[in-house]
This record gives sequence, C-alpha cells and structure tokens, in this order.
Amino acid sequence: MNRKWKDGLLLGLIYLAAAFSVLLLAGILGYVFARGISAISLSFLTTVTSALKGTTGIAGNIVNTLYMIALTLLIATPVGIGSAIWLNEYAGKSRWVRLIEFTTETLAGIPSIIYGLFGMVFFGTVLHFGYSILTGAFTLTLMILPLITRNTQEALRAVPDAYRTGAIGMGAARWYMIRTILLPSAMPGIVTGVILAVGRIVGESAALLFTAGSGYLLPKPGTGFLHKILESGGTLAIQLYLSMSKAQYDVAFGIAVVLLGIVLLINLTTRLLTGRTDAASRG
Amino acid sequence: MDNIKIKTEKLNLYYGGNHALRDIDMSIRANAVTAFIGPSGCGKSTFLKTLNRMNDLIDSVKIEGRVLLDGEDIYAPKVDTTLLRKRVGMVFQQPNPFPMSIYDNIAYGPRIHGIRKRAELDGIVERSLRGAAIWNEVKDRLHKPALGLSGGQQQRLCIARALAVEPEVLLMDEPTSALDPISTLKVEELMGELKKDYTVVVVTHNMQQAARVSDDAAFFLVGEVIEFDSTINLFSRPRDKRTEDYITGRFG
Repeated sequence: MNRKWKDGLLLGLIYLAAAFSVLLLAGILGYVFARGISAISLSFLTTVTSALKGTTGIAGNIVNTLYMIALTLLIATPVGIGSAIWLNEYAGKSRWVRLIEFTTETLAGIPSIIYGLFGMVFFGTVLHFGYSILTGAFTLTLMILPLITRNTQEALRAVPDAYRTGAIGMGAARWYMIRTILLPSAMPGIVTGVILAVGRIVGESAALLFTAGSGYLLPKPGTGFLHKILESGGTLAIQLYLSMSKAQYDVAFGIAVVLLGIVLLINLTTRLLTGRTDAASRG
Repeated sequence: MDNIKIKTEKLNLYYGGNHALRDIDMSIRANAVTAFIGPSGCGKSTFLKTLNRMNDLIDSVKIEGRVLLDGEDIYAPKVDTTLLRKRVGMVFQQPNPFPMSIYDNIAYGPRIHGIRKRAELDGIVERSLRGAAIWNEVKDRLHKPALGLSGGQQQRLCIARALAVEPEVLLMDEPTSALDPISTLKVEELMGELKKDYTVVVVTHNMQQAARVSDDAAFFLVGEVIEFDSTINLFSRPRDKRTEDYITGRFG
C-alpha cells in the first residue's frame, strides 16, 4: 500500500468518526423535537395537569425548576466562592488544604443517587424538611458545590501573581485586593462555573426524586416564597421521568423539548461569556 | 552630613534554613538614588523588599535586626503595613498595571487610603502621570484599559501609580529589565527627576545603568554587602577585590 493511499484512508476514517458524532447528536435532537413539538402548546406550558379541568401541562414543573435553580444557587454560590477564596488566597499549602481539595474532587465524582439517598435521610428525615424544594436544594447544593468551588479556584489561579503583589505593595489589605482586583478579573470564570451548575440542576433527576418529590402544582395564590419551598416540587426532569414511567410518551417528549431548549440556552450563554473572556485577555 | 532616610542595623534574613541576608548595615540618603548591584541570587532584591516588608507575604521568611525609616523601626509590632507601604512605594520588574482603566490604576492607591472625591482624584491622576512623564501620551485615553499600553508606557504608568499616594521612598526592583532601550532611557531620566522629591532605591542588573543614574551604590554578593560607597568611588576606586572583579566584568 503506498503512503498516500494510507493517508487518505486514515483521513477518511477520521471524517467518518466526526460525521458519526455530529449525526448522532442531530439524530437525537431531531427525533426528540419531531416527537415532542406536537405536545407543546400554550396550555401545555401555562397550565398544570388536572383531571377536573381536563388539562395536561407543566407550568408547575417550570416554576419548581426556577425555584430549585434560585434556591440552590442562593446557598451554593456564596459558599462555593467563599471556600475557593479561602483555599486559594488564605489557606496556604498545608496538608489540610490538600485534604480539602482532594475531598472536593472526590465529591464531584460521586453518583448523584447517593446524594439523593443522603439528602432524603438527613435533610428530609433528620432535619424534618420532608419532601420539599428546600430538601432538594440542600441536596443539590452538596452536589454542585465542588463544581463552583473548583471553577472559582481555577479562575483565581489564572489571575497573575503580579496583580496581587502590586496591590499589596500599594498598601491594600488582602480582602480589599481580593474585592477590587481578583474577583473582577476572575468573574467570567466564576460565572461559567455557576452556569454549568445551573445545567446540572436542570438536568438532575436521581438526587431530587426522593428529596424534592414530585409535586406539580403551582404555588397557591397569596402564599409567599417560604411557603412554596417547604412543599414538594418536582422539576421538569422529575416530571419527565414520571411521565415515562406512566408511558405518557407524548408528554415526556414535550418536556424533553423544553429541557433541551433550556440546556441549549445555557450552553450558548456559557459560550458567549467564555468567548468574551478570551477576547478580553487578548486585549 | 546628609539626611539619612533609611538605616538598617544587623539585618539578617532567612528563607527557612537558607541564610539569605547577612548582617546588613546600610544608610540610604534622602533625595538621592541608591543602586544595588550584584550577580543573580546575591540578595539585592530580597534586601529591597525588606524595606517595605514585602517579604511578609512569604511564610518561611524570618527577619532579625532593624530597619529604621526616619529613625523608627518598621518591623515594630505596632506598625501598620498599609501606612508603611504608602510611605515606601514599590515598582516591580515586570510592569504590572491592573486590568482596569489608566485612571483607575492611578486612583487605586488613593482609594485604598480613603480618597473618594472625583475632583480630588482627577487632580492626583494628572499630577502623578505628569510626575512619571507619561501624561502627554495618555491624557486623551485615561478611561481606556491600561493593558493596551506598550511595555515602556506600562512601566511608567506603574511608577505614576506608586507616586499617586505621595510616598517618601520609591523602591524599584529592576524596573527596566523588561523594557526596550528607548523606554529604559526614559525611565532612567525619570529617576533623576524623581530624586528631587523622593528617596529612590533601585536594584539593577545593569552596571552601566547604576553608574548613570545613582548617587550611591552597594555591591552585594551571596547575601552580604561587600562594598557601599558613592557611585563615583565604587566604580572608579573599588576598595574590595571582589567589587573590582565584578564591575570589570570578570564574573556575574
């Protein structure tokens, strides 16, 4: 076999592999959209499923998903960013710090159903939060904390030391330096971590099934934020799982379309933000 | 007798087990340029950093002896390092403007020390940039990113940033080693201007530079000051054989 021919064959195989992965994605997306798009209607997006009114809808699940994102980020973002700042800027390089970093990495690799099991027993039973959005949010906090912490640490590490010594050399206290130089420089990386975390929250089902439960109703009129978070609330991913288990495939595909739309939106936002960071660092 | 700005007494510094500075006694004159020369690793930069306590940032560093600024020990427990570093500013080897506008870079120091009024900051920014001979180059782009300036301009910006808090002493750690010859010349000329109002201490790898810009010079070798004298004497009549060998280029 001559060399040119071998080269061509190899190139062909690489193209084939690339084409396969693109077609796979396109195939899945196409199939889901084709099957699901017919289920989507205004009433599907704005009502809840009710035998009395004869409606099938996921408005409650959309609201629950938004609650879940907001509540989880509200807890996880400050804790995650705070611990990353401590690990990177204050803690030094002791054995304890390495242990904490190792723990964080390991936490990120644990199957989510184990978080669900722990969350159900600890937050649900021991702390008496029951099946509620709050229990789910606490559970997801544990799950996404490593993601936010690691991303923030990476972003802080990418800030040149010259900025730190420069600011300290001018008499800035350490926290002042962090607030005025480090955090603004690291912000795009931190935001990327948070957006990835939102993706995890939106897509999670195993960790939520036995913690947040499967409530699908809208918040009762006249009750506040606090009331809703103590109630059971299934996210879109949970409702998708439940619909599948009841063989309601049209509804399931409809939810899948909404979920894919949300994930796509999140990925595009991340791309936009990281793209902007690259442009900024090139000056 | 000249006015002494900084005096060190039996200054010793250890990096863990490494004895990096040995028994340094030195008197640095006010309103003069003092240069530290010596081969790499001789301790000249380390010594410079002890003068505004930048070595505090490194955990394993231990310091003995005294550093007197206007007669007061800067390592005394009650000393506020924020105020110390306001009085003793620093310019680094690599230009390190912050990723913000030219204006905000200069205003950074004054803001640390509580100056918030726009009019006051405007005045400080202009005065500092004029003081570092860069005002004419940047006056029309004060709110553009500082990272868009050339390397030489960035270094003069950093000098301006250090001047903005009205320091008494300016420490410069090889300030021209990352710059092209023309930018180097500008910074050297600037040092001559700055000594009218400030005490300037400069670490340099470049002996010609030390000879051109400094009034006094100290030759460092493995953590010791071998010779400290007026620059004219040190370069024309070195008393120590090792100084002579170094300045005639036999090592280093």
